[in-house]
Amino acid sequence: MRVTVRLFARLREIAGRESWDIEVPAGSTAGDAWASVTAGTPALAPFDRAISVAVNASFARMSRPLSEGDDVAFLPPVSGG
Amino acid sequence: MLAVTPAPLSIDALTTAVEGVVRLRGEGCGALASFLGVVRATHQGRVVQYLDYEAFDALAVRTFEQIRDEARARWPEAELAIVHRTGRLQIGDASIAIVAATAHRADAFAVCRYAIERVKQITPVWKHEFFADGDAWVEGAVADPQDEDAREKAMAIACA
Repeated sequence: MRVTVRLFARLREIAGRESWDIEVPAGSTAGDAWASVTAGTPALAPFDRAISVAVNASFARMSRPLSEGDDVAFLPPVSGG
Repeated sequence: MLAVTPAPLSIDALTTAVEGVVRLRGEGCGALASFLGVVRATHQGRVVQYLDYEAFDALAVRTFEQIRDEARARWPEAELAIVHRTGRLQIGDASIAIVAATAHRADAFAVCRYAIERVKQITPVWKHEFFADGDAWVEGAVADPQDEDAREKAMAIACA
């Protein structure tokens, strides 16, 4: 199935792009999508334990199962305010 | 009023919005506490030239809604307005405006403090600092809105 991944801030800068579609097997989780992203861009792997994930603009866990067409965003540690 | 905007921030609009709501609740509105976060000229000893703020707008607004709901669970008659600015900001520009409205002053200060502490923990906004000799992304908390320890920590700071 096809899902859209989105990166923010330093993750986006490291990857050199903001949003693109990836193909993942049926039954994949948000964590599987992250694994696919880091396989393509190994420089992102150090963020493994420091990212948050949002599916369709709601916070989710890495174990969250994905559906066709989901928008999966990966977020580095936040610094608002 | 819970929003993310590239436009300059003004406390007045937030004040009007929350006062009008709390006026009709319980005892009415007797206190408004406001907070403006502004761009500081230095960061860890380095001279800042300007900042870029980036946000995941839709998700950021959802965290503001969560923060408002958390505050109202503890202070049922309170109302909160939170607006975060994005884009390029110069020294002295306001990056976030918060106004808390309650019946009495102690609660207004506490709600306002709670809100900014929670924003720093969970709101998906990122600060990119530019110096004369380089730039750096600022990275703070790993956002987890379900983290009860973080929520309790923010509450303890607000009620100190």
